[in-house]
Amino acid sequence: MAQRVGRISPFNITALALGMAFLYLPIVILIIYSFNASRLVTVWGGWSLRWYHEFFNDRAMLDAAWMSLRVAAVSATIATLLGTLAAVGLVRGERFKGRALFSGMLYAPLVMPEVISGLSLLLLFVALNAERGFWTVTIAHTTLTMCFVTVVVQSRLASLDRSLEEAAMDLGCNPVQAFLRVTLPLILPAIAAGWMLAFTLSLDDVVIASFTTGPGSATLPIRIYSEVRLGVKPEINAICTMVIALIAVLIVIASLASKLSSSQGESAAPP
Amino acid sequence: MSARRIFAQPARYGAIAPYLWMVLFFLVPFGFVLKISLSQTAIAQPPYLPVFDFSEGWTAIKAAFAQLSADNFRLLISDSLYISSYLRSLAVAITSTLILLLIGYPIAYGMARLPQRWQAIAMMLVIVPFWTSFLIRIYAWINILQHDGLLNKILLALHLVSSPVVWLSTDTAMYLGIVYSYLPFMILPLYATLSKMDPSLLEAAADLGSSPRQAFWLVTFPLSLPGVGAGALLCFIPIVGEFVIPDLLAGSGSMMIGQTLWLEFFTNKDWPVAAAAAVALLVLLVPPLLLYDRLQRRTLEGGR
Repeated sequence: MAQRVGRISPFNITALALGMAFLYLPIVILIIYSFNASRLVTVWGGWSLRWYHEFFNDRAMLDAAWMSLRVAAVSATIATLLGTLAAVGLVRGERFKGRALFSGMLYAPLVMPEVISGLSLLLLFVALNAERGFWTVTIAHTTLTMCFVTVVVQSRLASLDRSLEEAAMDLGCNPVQAFLRVTLPLILPAIAAGWMLAFTLSLDDVVIASFTTGPGSATLPIRIYSEVRLGVKPEINAICTMVIALIAVLIVIASLASKLSSSQGESAAPP
Repeated sequence: MSARRIFAQPARYGAIAPYLWMVLFFLVPFGFVLKISLSQTAIAQPPYLPVFDFSEGWTAIKAAFAQLSADNFRLLISDSLYISSYLRSLAVAITSTLILLLIGYPIAYGMARLPQRWQAIAMMLVIVPFWTSFLIRIYAWINILQHDGLLNKILLALHLVSSPVVWLSTDTAMYLGIVYSYLPFMILPLYATLSKMDPSLLEAAADLGSSPRQAFWLVTFPLSLPGVGAGALLCFIPIVGEFVIPDLLAGSGSMMIGQTLWLEFFTNKDWPVAAAAAVALLVLLVPPLLLYDRLQRRTLEGGR
């Protein structure tokens, strides 16, 4: 009986196959056409690295890419630090005043339309008379991505056995030592995954960056966006393929880290 | 005092830095949005009046307060451009969420029925596009949908159409882009509830004489409703304020509210009206946001 109930039906298989094809085919096509020798994006002119070459000679695009990588690295690092502290506070801090407001402020940006976040931060920067550029974009991205880091670290921390910290403290650790020696190593893979998620989200954002950046400091997505509005260009295919490659490498690292995390969690849990 | 309590205190102190950060960069900015939504446009830097200058003393601040008015909101409710873009945003978000549910549910259901080992792989495959740049994925569709793109070539080769179909700058393209971008957000919460379901419930239903179809509608579907709710909110809320997808894929005929806000801000440089549009959008989103916050808290904190 259980066999019949649990069996996967042809309908299930079809839904899965179509779903995956829908998710991946456009990206595969984009990557293939980035190696197209022809200037016409739709005519196949043989394999070529011409458009990659074009990108590496495009000063404005390179500047934008460098700006984006710097923003992503700095904002992801600050976001990881703050997001981890927030997750520890939420999961281990028990009840405290303003907790509901705190968690609300951390969950809301996950779904908040980007036009609102971008506009509101810009108005703050204008009111503070801050010069717009690298730091304003970095602060804006940190604010958004630390919420994602919090969620990732929080779910890992919530599944962690509390008695480990308690045991460390019974054995003479103070709370800070217990955290640094016991908790932190166990949640480190989740923290690493959080950093990478923050990095890719920052590398992806057009809307918030458009609001908060200043003249002369466009990020890569802003430049891609303004090119895409004018139509398809093979150079953009090449840039997109490189961004996908970079993200793929990060995903592999992140999934190895989370595999490490779950196996550690299993060995640390009481039998 | 238990070890747990002793640990809690430094954990709370650690949260002070992110707390202050979120107050300063998330909560306080809304105050500025509200204030500027009540201001008037001016040809100045910054382009609005009044500007509060706290160095000029109380009377100046009072005078500035007196200049605030609700004119921008009156404009929003009297101008059909804004009303129609709000209505369009709602219509697009509701339609897209329904399509996402129809497509996402069978996929999530299929994933939950895979053997355990395959489930992890399928989950990974759904998450990966979420990590890949959202802009790139929209661009990938522009490649396919353009006039002499792959889709038209295939349709022509199969003799399904006699001349290339215009796909770009249509609502069809926009819905395609939205569904494509938000599908992982729909699948993951659905999969999370469906995979946790106890299979013995279905066995019990079968033992009691239900056909698999009946068992699905009487047992599986009702039990998956929390996942349906989470997935729907996770898609609905950001889609209402979506800017990039309608801007790149839909025609210029009618705009969503995110586009109107963008236009007022960047093209017309009318910051006060843009701020008022943001406030109105936020008001529209408060009920679903509160609902989402409750669901999120329940799943992440176990109803504590």
